[in-house]
Amino acid sequence: MRANMHFAFFDEGSKKEIRRATLKAVAIPGYQVPFASREMPIARGWGTGGLQLTLSLIGKMDVLKVIDQGADESVNAVSIKKLVQETTGVQITDQTKDADLIQSRHRIPETPLTKDQILVLQVPMPEPLRPVEAREYMTKRMHSEDDYSGAWLMLFEQIVKYGRTATAADHPVYVNGRYVMAPSPIPRFDNPKMHLSEALILLGAGREKKIYAVPPYTTVESLAFEDYPFAVESFEGQECQLCGSAHVFLDEVIDQKTGKTVYQCNDTSYCMEQLNSREKAEVESNYA
Amino acid sequence: MGYVPVKGGTQAIAASIKRLTYERLKGEEILEINTILATMGSMVDQVMSESSLYSPELAALAIKQGEGSMEEAVFLMRAHRSTLPRHYYSEAVEAETMLVERRISASFKDIPGGQLLGATYDYTHRLLDFRLLEESAETNRGWLQDYQDSLPMIQAGQEVVYFPKVVDYLRQEGLFETYQPDNTRPTDVTKQSLQFPTTRSARLQVLTRGQTGAVTSFGYASLRGYGQVHPTVGEVRVGKMPIYTVQPNEMDQEPEDQFYIGEIRITEVESFVPVTVKNDENEDELEFEIGYGVCYGKNETKAIAMSILDQCLEHPNSNFPTHDEEFVLLHIDSVESTGFISHLKLPHYVTFQSKLDSIRQVKKGVQKVES
Repeated sequence: MRANMHFAFFDEGSKKEIRRATLKAVAIPGYQVPFASREMPIARGWGTGGLQLTLSLIGKMDVLKVIDQGADESVNAVSIKKLVQETTGVQITDQTKDADLIQSRHRIPETPLTKDQILVLQVPMPEPLRPVEAREYMTKRMHSEDDYSGAWLMLFEQIVKYGRTATAADHPVYVNGRYVMAPSPIPRFDNPKMHLSEALILLGAGREKKIYAVPPYTTVESLAFEDYPFAVESFEGQECQLCGSAHVFLDEVIDQKTGKTVYQCNDTSYCMEQLNSREKAEVESNYA
Repeated sequence: MGYVPVKGGTQAIAASIKRLTYERLKGEEILEINTILATMGSMVDQVMSESSLYSPELAALAIKQGEGSMEEAVFLMRAHRSTLPRHYYSEAVEAETMLVERRISASFKDIPGGQLLGATYDYTHRLLDFRLLEESAETNRGWLQDYQDSLPMIQAGQEVVYFPKVVDYLRQEGLFETYQPDNTRPTDVTKQSLQFPTTRSARLQVLTRGQTGAVTSFGYASLRGYGQVHPTVGEVRVGKMPIYTVQPNEMDQEPEDQFYIGEIRITEVESFVPVTVKNDENEDELEFEIGYGVCYGKNETKAIAMSILDQCLEHPNSNFPTHDEEFVLLHIDSVESTGFISHLKLPHYVTFQSKLDSIRQVKKGVQKVES
């Protein structure tokens, strides 16, 4: 009745199958490759797509970072890290630059990624055309015919209704000038980071059974009209209350004592790094 | 000959019921009601929720009698419920007064009062725990002792502090509309049949009585594309609510005259859903609305799905079945749906015979034309 655990949970056949789908995804940027998504020990919709990519790619020497909503210590990130570490024994890190495999939910780290890194994004809704067409059979055909009028019309309708595009996270992007892709629910703020990224970006949707990819140095353009250009979330005039960083994605937090709204870095590891480097600079200047 | 099936039917039923008893007894193990209550909490909660009867002991009995079948247990409870008189209605409860054991927000990191994870399967890895194969009461006692010893002593405070609602913070900002409490007497769906278009109170009752699986599926369908509601969970809370009643014949009913009749454990969900509203200048604007879900016991998936469907039904949309109140409300009830599906097992000899006849006649006609 008892069974021994495999390295990285999966049997080798499953890992190979997922890697083959991944290779196809890399070869056709932005195209959603169907794959036989496995049932995982965490719930569907909690990052099983990303986890399957991570487990199929990870080797004994890899260093893994897991982010959930910008934080390494967020409950789901901790849970995923624990699972990967228990089944592989790999090293875990919070430092973006030390990791060669980064699984993330909803964020691309503030620290620029390099060509030696792979970013795995967890995707709940891989189909950018789903809001305009509920049927999978139809959306697949629309992709094949390069028919993205629905996606454009959605943006156009928002402009007519609200005077501007009103997409939140997951603003659709054109990849390599061919496929329209859901960038996973990253904020619009992170969309430009995908453009000509040095790192390989893999996107996995476990529940919807799709893998897709943005290979390094691939063009990724956010859908927008010339007269209504794409705009990211605005944090103008705000900075992180902890490390003072501006031009990063900030979280709105209520100060429990004063009841006021304050801001702090969403990327907790980046914030820590800024704080540490500032402290180091202070110490050095004191010695000098 | 006509007499034989009737007689045989009586004997067959008796034998079948005997066989059923045999199937339950043949393993020669007895499942105590207390064992079910202590170890199958989720199932007890689901049965209470779907049967609209808050009684853990009776739910456990129904589970035992139904051999773990949800539909059977709910069926038994609902049938029993019909035998109970309704003496009075409770006073409306204010969910702020919940004694919270779990409270999380997926919308804000730092909610006033803080996040309280409580007990949850969410972050367990679903790996079969083979240690449970040889669990013993003795080791369990040891574990409990260690757990209790490791808990810090907490001095009880003098006053009860309640957790504020997450939505109140957003109300202050004007992102949610503030409504006056609607104190009109709710429709009681157990006393009146549903009339369409229905009232929100009736909708919420049908949704909360709905079959967990069906409510979840419909909520999921809306989320996935066959609907237009995709919420962010503002707050999920699980805890105990005190219930009060008043003497129904009392003329002036003061709050201090209320009787405390006990507490029930519930799951309550407030989902935030962006909707388009018209402002004073008749322009479209985005605003948040609340989808509301509540059910007996701890069943967060159902309560969240209910909050999605609540919003769907608040905004009828003929393009999507999940926004159609007749489609949703008339199909999610466990007893109604499983009952009618299983009626297909009853003999349909007469209807089938007449169907056969008409198909044969039609086929004959077709052949005649061809030849």
